[in-house]
Amino acid sequence: MRVPGAKGSPLEHKARGSDVRIVYSPADALEIAKKNPNKEVIFFAIGFETTAPSTALTLMSAKKQGIRNFTVFCNHVTIVPAIRAILDSPDMRLDGFIGPGHVSTVIGCRPYEWIAKKEGKPVVTSGFEPLDLLQSIVMLLRQLRASEAKVENQYKRVVPWEGNRAALRVMAEAFELRPYFEWRGLGFISQSALRIRDTYAVWDAERRYSVPETRVADPKSAQCGEVLKGVLKPAQCKLFGKECTPEHPVGALMVSSEGSCAAYYNYEHRKSLVTTISAVA
Amino acid sequence: MSHGAGGKSSRRLVEGLFAPLLLSSGSSERLADAAHIEIGGATVAFTTDSFVVHPLRFPGGSIGELAVNGTVNDLAVSGAKAHSMVVTFVLEEGLASSTLEAEVRAMSDALKRAGVTMVGGDTKVVERGKAEGMYISTAGIGSPIPGVHVDAKTVRPGDKVLLSGPIGDHGITILLARADLDLEADLNSDTRSVLPMIEAMAAQAAPGIRWMRDPTRGGLATSLNELARDCGLSVELNEEEIPVRDEVRGACELLGLDPLHIANEGQFIAIISPEFADMALNAIQLTEGGDEARIIGQIRQEPANTVVVNTRYGGTRIVDMLVGDPLPRIC
Repeated sequence: MRVPGAKGSPLEHKARGSDVRIVYSPADALEIAKKNPNKEVIFFAIGFETTAPSTALTLMSAKKQGIRNFTVFCNHVTIVPAIRAILDSPDMRLDGFIGPGHVSTVIGCRPYEWIAKKEGKPVVTSGFEPLDLLQSIVMLLRQLRASEAKVENQYKRVVPWEGNRAALRVMAEAFELRPYFEWRGLGFISQSALRIRDTYAVWDAERRYSVPETRVADPKSAQCGEVLKGVLKPAQCKLFGKECTPEHPVGALMVSSEGSCAAYYNYEHRKSLVTTISAVA
Repeated sequence: MSHGAGGKSSRRLVEGLFAPLLLSSGSSERLADAAHIEIGGATVAFTTDSFVVHPLRFPGGSIGELAVNGTVNDLAVSGAKAHSMVVTFVLEEGLASSTLEAEVRAMSDALKRAGVTMVGGDTKVVERGKAEGMYISTAGIGSPIPGVHVDAKTVRPGDKVLLSGPIGDHGITILLARADLDLEADLNSDTRSVLPMIEAMAAQAAPGIRWMRDPTRGGLATSLNELARDCGLSVELNEEEIPVRDEVRGACELLGLDPLHIANEGQFIAIISPEFADMALNAIQLTEGGDEARIIGQIRQEPANTVVVNTRYGGTRIVDMLVGDPLPRIC
């Protein structure tokens, strides 16, 4: 809700009177469309492979029920091309990866094998609880110490090595890969995002509303890409803690409460701020 | 909306706009849950509050009960016993009279339980769509509890942080009652008057009571951050000591919420000097409803103006105020 857009964030639009709502499932958005036949409902679909299957199922449901006042603005992205883009950067300084737990429940652990085999970097798919992360870090450190590089699954209680075939099937039913997509912080990456197939064109917001190819560039001073590649620590970005804070974020890494910059700000940076009396201006 | 959530934005609104223009002192520095004022030689505690909740009825209570208990509690944590209240109803056109009657009955029962009289009120009706059913606003007046003087400036390193009971019940109950989430739990709002526990504590440990607050919107984290800022010290909590019901913990884990940021309507925090801490805790635990009270931490010199939590995993993390509304995570 706080992601800054060309004319303001969704939260700001909501404050100005637009009907912007948070839903916890795309199915809820479809329900809103059903209950409000005289309104046009657009579901803003975001996220990696974790959330894409639910969106796919919702498209299939909309088609089956013939609900016409519902469209999806598909901004789903895929994880592997993003990792590849980071590893391909000449200034990349990463030694291993904590793999995404919930993405992996859908795609499994196999898609990361090239990172270990070809790039020689260990990968450990991790859960989200503190103990999960601690254990995953231990597993990575053990590999690094033994000069090993393989893919391990720390989140075994939830992630199957082969992924979820049913979820992958529905994704293939509703989506296809875009030739390229622009990532904030990383630039253009080919085959890294999903769009809705022709068979579901009626429910594609991009086609219904002819969404222009607007490029909202982050200010040149934002160094999100370098932070993502390990070139800079968050606090070394010129905007960190000044123009870019969790309350007015500039880039993706500060918007999300799970982003590196937000984490650094809330848990490291604050320690040096405490001598300044709070009343934040 | 974030200006109403109880966190940083709300604070900025109060400190930046309301206080300089409206308060006689021009500053929000001495603002507490209730004001203690001198009228004709007597000290009287005075507070106001408003209640905007959706749905109006939820497991464990309703807006009417929140209105009574909330007012009584604001006075109680300022060190005063509520005496009388007045109430304003802003009703939405089309509100069912049975709904209104239910709320009035709920308020009447809550008033009897709290030993407070309603001495006046006002009603307005607004057009359909302008009030989500009803809004309730109250003002309460009471007399100071003898021997009790609360002031953040008297808090010292070594003082103990005392919590009256489990946190998060109210906020999670409301979140689940909104039915947006399709989650169920055996949970009720904790709305109740905390006055009996505070009176029992004062009877045994009044000289040791430094500061109190009821952690409503924004939760424990917000109230303690306000304290840390007001006394310039550090509030250090021990995560294992903080009582949280399994249902609340489960809902929070599922949704990616922190119980420390969730609203409570029947709890209070007290900062007690070390000599009186055990006596205070005992007195509360022996009062009806106080059996889950705990000492959850202590005040330290450093890091100043900060709330830290010693986690179950052996680490320490800084707990900040809420920025806007707590937003559940999606993936």
